[in-house]
Amino acid sequence: MSKKEVKLKFNAAWDLAPAPEDSKHVSIKKQYDLFINGEFVKPNSKKYFATYNPATDEKISEVADADEKDVDKAVKAARAAFGKWSKLSGKERGKYIYRIARLIQERAREFAVIETMDGGKPIRESRDIDVPLAANHFFYYAGWADKLEYAFPNRNPKPLGVAGQIIPWNFPLLMAAWKIAPALAAGNTVVLKPAETTPLTALKLAELIRDSGLPKGVVNIITGAGKTGAAIVNHPDINKIAFTGSTNVGKWIQKSIAGTDKKCTLELGGKAANIIFEDAPLDQAVEGIINGIFFNQGHVCCAGSRLFVQESVADIVIRKLKDRMETLKVGDPMDKNTDIGAINSKQQLLKIQEYIEIGKNEGGEIYQSSCSLPKKGNFCKPTIFLNVSQSHRIVQEEIFGPVLAIQTFRTIEEVIEKANNIPYGLSAGVWTDKGSKIFNLTSKLKAGVVWANTYNKFDPTSPFGGYKESGFGREGGLHGLGAYLQF
Amino acid sequence: MSTKTTIPDFRVTPSIDQVGIEERVARFTTRSIKKESKMQGMKMVLSMIDLTTLEGKDTEGKVQQMCYKAAHLHDVIPGLPTVAAVCVYPSMVKTAKEALKGTGVKVASVSTAFPSGQSTHEIKIADTKFAVDNGADEIDMVISRGEFLKGNYNFVFDEIASIKEACGKARLKVIFETGELSTLDNIRKVSDIAMYAGADFIKTSTGKISPAATMPVTLVMLEAIRDYYYATGRMVGMKPAGGISTSKLALQYLIMVNETLGADWLSNEWFRFGASSLANDVLMQIAKQNTGVYQSSDYFSKD
Repeated sequence: MSKKEVKLKFNAAWDLAPAPEDSKHVSIKKQYDLFINGEFVKPNSKKYFATYNPATDEKISEVADADEKDVDKAVKAARAAFGKWSKLSGKERGKYIYRIARLIQERAREFAVIETMDGGKPIRESRDIDVPLAANHFFYYAGWADKLEYAFPNRNPKPLGVAGQIIPWNFPLLMAAWKIAPALAAGNTVVLKPAETTPLTALKLAELIRDSGLPKGVVNIITGAGKTGAAIVNHPDINKIAFTGSTNVGKWIQKSIAGTDKKCTLELGGKAANIIFEDAPLDQAVEGIINGIFFNQGHVCCAGSRLFVQESVADIVIRKLKDRMETLKVGDPMDKNTDIGAINSKQQLLKIQEYIEIGKNEGGEIYQSSCSLPKKGNFCKPTIFLNVSQSHRIVQEEIFGPVLAIQTFRTIEEVIEKANNIPYGLSAGVWTDKGSKIFNLTSKLKAGVVWANTYNKFDPTSPFGGYKESGFGREGGLHGLGAYLQF
Repeated sequence: MSTKTTIPDFRVTPSIDQVGIEERVARFTTRSIKKESKMQGMKMVLSMIDLTTLEGKDTEGKVQQMCYKAAHLHDVIPGLPTVAAVCVYPSMVKTAKEALKGTGVKVASVSTAFPSGQSTHEIKIADTKFAVDNGADEIDMVISRGEFLKGNYNFVFDEIASIKEACGKARLKVIFETGELSTLDNIRKVSDIAMYAGADFIKTSTGKISPAATMPVTLVMLEAIRDYYYATGRMVGMKPAGGISTSKLALQYLIMVNETLGADWLSNEWFRFGASSLANDVLMQIAKQNTGVYQSSDYFSKD
C-alpha cells in the first residue's frame, strides 16, 4: 500500500459565499432612555453610555445610565402598579402575557438581528434559539397565570411584590423572558436591569411591552452598570432579587441582603462535566461536546467546559473532535453560516486569552482549529486543552469562552468523584448507550441539570438552576413559578 | 486491500443515537448556499448523478434516449458537465455502452437479482458476470436483507466479497435497501460489513422501497466511511439513491459530505446521486441563476 497521509481536508473544495442576514429592517434609535412607569424618561444624571457591536467595534447606540434616584423612581412605579396588577384576575394577567409572547413572535426577526448586533452571537442561534425560546417562556407562564391554585394546591399562593431582576450579557432577551414571564404570571411587578454591554433587546422589549398595553409600571426596564444593579439590590422596597451572573457578584448580593426579608434566587457560574463513556454513540457525543462548549462562544453558565472521556475511547473521540472543529465557521455573526460569532466584549476576550496563556504555561497541550479570524472585532478560535488534570487552573475556574479542558477517566467512581470535585454544580452531561448507567450518574452528580445523550437543551417547562456556588433557586417550570410566590 | 486489515467483530459495531443524528442533519439544512458557491454546487450535483431507469417496461429505445440526455444535459447552456453514469438493468448494459461510446459517461448495472436479491448464489454471480461481460463499468448489487436481519453477518460478508471478485475491474456499489433495515444501528453495522468485504461504494436504496435515501441514513453511512478510512486508509464512495429530486436537497447532501468527509469526497469518483428527475430541477435552477427568472419545465428535455 502506498504511503498516503490519512487525513480529511475540510473547507478546501467548496467555500460558501457570504450569506449575511439583512439588517436594514431593524430600527435602532440613536439614544435610549429609561423605561419607567410605561414611558421612556431621561435619566436623572443626564448621562448616557455607548453600546458597541463586538464583531465590528462600531457604536450602535447609547443608553441611559440610571442612578439611585432613577432606581427609586422605577421601584416606586412598580410598587404603585403592584396593587392593581396583583388583584387583576389571573385570566386577565394571562391575556397580557400571551400578547407579549405573540408580539415577540411577530417581531422575531428584528429581535434576532439586534441580539446578534449587540451581543456578537451568531444569527443562527439568536434566530433559532434565543428569540423562539423567549417567546415560549412567555407563552408557558401565560398559561399558568390563571391556574396558580392548581399549580400549588391548598397552599394559597400570593405574589411577593416588587421583583428586582438583574440579568447577564450572554442571553440578553432570553434571560429577560426567564425573569419577567414568571414574575408577571404570579402577579408581581418588575424592575429589570440588562447588562451594560447588551441592553438593546431589553429596551426593544420595553417598546414592545409599551405597545402591548400592559398597565403602566408593571414592567420597568432601566439600564446601567454595576452601580445601578447595586442600587436595585439595596433598595428597601424591593421584595425579591433575581440575579443571573457571576459567582462573585452573587456572593456580594447575598451579603448585601443579609438581614433583610428580601427573597432571592441566584443563577451563577459553572464548570460543568461532560462525561463520555466508551459505549456512547461517539459521533453524536462529539456533537454534544461541540454544542456543550462552543454554543454561544462558550458564554454559557452551563457550558460543558470540562470534558471527561473514558480512556479506552479517548484517542478516537479527540480525533473526531478535532475534525469537527475544523468544520466550524468562525466569523461575522450576521452571516447565516457562522457557527461561532464574536466574543461579547474586549474585556471578556482578554480574560479568555489570559486563561489560554495560563493553560499553556501549566503545560496543557493546546489545539485550536485552523480557521482564520476577522481582523476587526473580538474573536477567539475554538480551543481545546489536552493532558490536563483537576489540579490545573483551566480545569478549576470558569473561563466563559470557547475553551475546553479535556481529561480522561477509567472508572465510574473516578469520574463521579472528579465531576463533583469543583465548587460549582450547575449542570452536567452523560453520554452512554446504557440507560441504567445514566440513572446511576444522575443521582450522584451534584448538578442542578443533568443532560443524557444531549447537551445545552432548554425548555420553559424544565426547571434550571444550580447547587453549591452555582447558586440556588430554580427558573423555568413550576419551580420557577414558585420562586415568585409566597405561601 | 491491505493484508494487514483486521476484520472487526460486526456484532459490536458502534452505537448510533437517532436524535443526535437528526439534530446534526438539521444543522446541515440550515446552511445558506448562495451565488457562486450555489452555482459550483449545482454543477457538482449534475456531475455526480447516476441517471437511472430501472423499470420492467424499459426498452433499448428508452435507454438510448436516456443515454443521449446523460451526455447532453442542456446544450443551450454551455459549460455543463455530463452526468457520472447511467444506471440500468443488466439486459440494457450493451445498449447503454454503445450509446455512450466516447462520452466519458459510465455504465452502471444493477445485479444480484435486483431489487429483492432473493435468488441463489450462482444466479447472482452469473447476473454480475453477464453485466460485466457486456461492458458495465460499475455494478450496483443488493445485499440479502433477510440474511442480515437473521444475524447471518458472515453470509452477507461472503456474498459481497464473492460479487466483488466477480466484478473484476468494475467498481462495486453495495445497496443496503436501508428502508428495510429499520434502525440506524443496523445501517451502521451493514456499512461496516460491506466496506470490510470490499465495497467500493455503499448505497442506500434500490428506489423500489419507501423510504429510500434520507439524510440521517446517509449521515450514518458517511460517518462509517470516515471511521473505515481512518482504520484502513482506503476511501469508499457513497451513493444515496431515491427520493432526492430537488436541487436544494441535493445541495444539502453535498454540505453534509463536505462537513463529514471533506473535499476529497466531493467528486463523482466518491459521491453519486442515484436519481431520475433531479437533473432537470438542477438545470432549471442553473438557468434561473443565469437569467434571473424561472423557465417553464417545457424548456427542459425529459428522456
